[in-house]
Amino acid sequence: MRRTARDSEDSARTITRRGLFLGASMAAFMAVLGGRMRYMQVDQADEFRLLAEENRVNIRLIPPARGLILDRKGRVIAGNEQNYRVVITREDAGDVPAVLTRLAHVIPLLPDEMEKVADEADRSSPFVPIIVKDRLPWEDFSRVALNAPSLPGVQPEVGLSRIYPLMGDFSHVVGYVGPVSERDLEGIENPDPILRIPKFQIGKIGVERWQEDVLRGTAGTKRIEVNAVGRVMRELERIDGDPGADLMLTIDADVQNFAQARLGDESAAAVVMDVNTGDLLAIASSPSFDPNLFVRGISQRDYSALLEDDHRPLANKTVQGVYPPGSTFKMVTALAALEAGVINAQSAVYCPGHLESGGRRFHCWKGGGHGSVALEAALAESCDVYFYEIAQKVGIDKIAEMGKRLGLGIRHDLPMSAIAEGIMPNKDWKQASYQQDWRIGDTINASIGQGYVLTSPLQLAVMTARLATGRAVNPRLVRAVDGELQAVPDAPTLGLDPAYLAAVQKGMFEVTMGTRGTAKSSRIVDEAMLMAGKTGTSQVRNISAAERARGVVSNDQLPWNRRDHALFVGYAPFAAPKYAISVVVEHGGGGSLAAAPIARDIILRAMSDGLPPLEAYPKDQRGRMETLLNALPLRDIGAAAAPTRA
Amino acid sequence: MSFLEYRVKTVPTGLSKVFHVHWALLLVVIAVASVGFLMLYSVAGGSLDPWARDQMQRFGLGLVLMFFVAFVPIWFWRNVAGVAYLVSIALLLVVEFFGDIGMGAQRWIDLGFIRLQPSEMTKFTLVMMLAAYYDWLDAKRTSRPLWVAIPILMIMIPTALVLLQPNLGTALMLMMVGAVVCFLAGVSLWYFAAVGVMAVGAIASVFTLRGTPWQFLHDYQYRRIDTFLDPTADPLGAGYNIIQAKIALGSGGWTGKGFMQGTQSRLNFLPEKQTDFIFTTLAEEFGFIGAFSLLLLYGLIILFCVVSALQNRDRFSSLLILGVAANFFFYLAVNLSMVMGMAPVVGVPLPLLSYGGSALLVIMVAFGLVQSAHIHRPR
Repeated sequence: MRRTARDSEDSARTITRRGLFLGASMAAFMAVLGGRMRYMQVDQADEFRLLAEENRVNIRLIPPARGLILDRKGRVIAGNEQNYRVVITREDAGDVPAVLTRLAHVIPLLPDEMEKVADEADRSSPFVPIIVKDRLPWEDFSRVALNAPSLPGVQPEVGLSRIYPLMGDFSHVVGYVGPVSERDLEGIENPDPILRIPKFQIGKIGVERWQEDVLRGTAGTKRIEVNAVGRVMRELERIDGDPGADLMLTIDADVQNFAQARLGDESAAAVVMDVNTGDLLAIASSPSFDPNLFVRGISQRDYSALLEDDHRPLANKTVQGVYPPGSTFKMVTALAALEAGVINAQSAVYCPGHLESGGRRFHCWKGGGHGSVALEAALAESCDVYFYEIAQKVGIDKIAEMGKRLGLGIRHDLPMSAIAEGIMPNKDWKQASYQQDWRIGDTINASIGQGYVLTSPLQLAVMTARLATGRAVNPRLVRAVDGELQAVPDAPTLGLDPAYLAAVQKGMFEVTMGTRGTAKSSRIVDEAMLMAGKTGTSQVRNISAAERARGVVSNDQLPWNRRDHALFVGYAPFAAPKYAISVVVEHGGGGSLAAAPIARDIILRAMSDGLPPLEAYPKDQRGRMETLLNALPLRDIGAAAAPTRA
Repeated sequence: MSFLEYRVKTVPTGLSKVFHVHWALLLVVIAVASVGFLMLYSVAGGSLDPWARDQMQRFGLGLVLMFFVAFVPIWFWRNVAGVAYLVSIALLLVVEFFGDIGMGAQRWIDLGFIRLQPSEMTKFTLVMMLAAYYDWLDAKRTSRPLWVAIPILMIMIPTALVLLQPNLGTALMLMMVGAVVCFLAGVSLWYFAAVGVMAVGAIASVFTLRGTPWQFLHDYQYRRIDTFLDPTADPLGAGYNIIQAKIALGSGGWTGKGFMQGTQSRLNFLPEKQTDFIFTTLAEEFGFIGAFSLLLLYGLIILFCVVSALQNRDRFSSLLILGVAANFFFYLAVNLSMVMGMAPVVGVPLPLLSYGGSALLVIMVAFGLVQSAHIHRPR
């Protein structure tokens, strides 16, 4: 069809007009785009820059090296060992099972271990290293490094892990570390972010737990650049943390080891304390267990075995076990009576073998009676009736007060777990606990450390130290923090009349040194190391009148857990007291036979540089003692606990 | 004026056409494409592979095609416009039944060396068709209902097919570009007002029918709109892309972080960094100065096209060039709005920059048409 020129002109004008409009619209919109660009890139740039930084930068914590725990001579009780492990990264390995199969030729690797690792690698991001094997011996570890070219994606790594070179010797005192659990975090208001590091270990019990803040140190940080899926691209900055402070204990690893070995398989506890400073030289509870098991993750089987053992290896009997102190309590009764003025050291009591009171008959351990005894003989021979008599005169409240002054029935604060307070009963206590009136029979029982009285071996050691010095010595476990010696706290005098104290001390001296002393076979003959002490035998069952009539069954014939506890407390040297000791052997039988010999050996070890010198023992015992001492399974402390920091 | 009316003698022939190519336009196109190579090299972490080399080869092929199309006289292209349009429709039907689906919803035909997306091609064949139609139509009839219904049908057929793929972004662009050509041809503004009212009604019903069995859009398309309206609602899910894109763009500042220093792209926070979101890398690494310069280059391309179209007395050529320019503009406007958080994420590439063969070749062919119209313009 033909068009007129006019038509063409018109339509061309339309196109031009509308084309210009279109062009202007496009230009306008591009101006809007440019404005938006400016707004985002110039006005909001800082905000977006911050977001970009948050995207790319991650902050990771660097766990600090945990502080060491040392004995008083600087030997390592708890250290850090290099933990050699092998990890595999899926993206570098390619075929994980194939690489693991090759790895199994280099290090021991079980098929189900391999399967577990391969599964985990499949589930994780390809760049996350998976731990194939932990705690490899150095030989295996170096073999992996050597074979690295044929093991793509396999990396040997070194980390730090807690180690207790002295194994069971300190498991109760020092405790152990373990991975942080939800329970650990519960009570903490603002948990240190370091606790969220996977597999980070904190103290679970003992010193490790109660000195956690000192030992942990502070975490370092590193800023790393990560990509969108979290892969680490590079490290941007690193701020090192502070390693935990080293902790030096008052304990002598040699004495501790000796005590632990000397207690052997018995269910027993021994505490050795410096009577002047309160330093705990040894604080042994047996049987023990290897704390390293817990660090590495104890198997259910091992754990059940520990739980089911009737000797309770997991319990720390030195502070958490409470026992009737038996005759070791008699010094408290005697001092209370002396101070109250109801007796003097020469007052004599006639012991016919029993005492009638309130229609009940209270027996002396010696059926035939001790005859007329004064304080010294009453302690030496452990006459019960003497104390029944004087206790009735002085009354329970004064006895209890004396007990507390001497450190019984109060909680001694040490960085250890489950420290028991024990029980030092009086009238109010019974009223509060049982809603019953105190009876005279209760006083009689308490006077010889039976009945309601309960004490821990630690409290007994404190009592002995206070008896030896007349001062309010407090036990101490930490000698130095971060190399800085801690001040020895003042031990104010107890305000006891020196004459009374001397009378009790003389009685304790006669226990071992007197011809009729209950522990005379456990005497020390070396003049410079003479030991004073007191035996104790505490019943864990009531002996009925009928049984008494038939003749009391001897301990040997009873099942283990019905036998009496054997106790001994003592200090030495008598002339210038240095160490106090308490020994409790659960269901050990008599204190003189089961506890006193152990106490003597341990306190001699504390006073010597090496094994107890044979010259300290009575001549007729030396042969036997030599055999016994040499047979003890002692540890080479120097080799096991060389003071090195990993 | 129709080509029949001007003397063929005045149109350059043979190799002399080279002197009449719109070189300024071509240079700017090459410059923009080169920026694209640079960015593809950067997002690959300083490597020609896997994107930059590929893209350069395709661009080379695109240049050859462009020259080929440019040297063929524009009246030939006008005569084949109908055929091209029908081929596009046929190809849309083919991919509807036999095509491959990937990346959401784009359908393509795999030709081995390239994945042909008929929907991309259709954007330009539709422009050709409409330009030819209005070139043929008597100007007086332009606004008569029957003669308006025909182009509407021409627009709606491919739009419907693309919508079925389903590809909302391309469908909308087809409608827009078709409307632009109609607008330029002189269709009465009343029609546009009517369509506008209908569009508002349609949008309202799209939202009111959401969640009912009669909903117009697919669930993912609704989610895209949600994400656009509030990207922070689901920062790790659907909103992640747009948030990261905005962070990349905004953190560039005035001068940017430097070539290959963009942390967002280098550390893979950016999604689709080589395709739809390539502009964010440029903005991150070269800052506002770089990003705005690119915008100016795009502006130059459009300006050259508009000037060339307005100077061209051939009606088909004018409409074609303006249609191509509008199309080009829609691409970049939608893409830039999208990465700057001004529009929902609809999967539209940035022309000449985004990695992807199909779109690049189609655009180069379109510029070939522009050049042909420019070379063979009536003098």
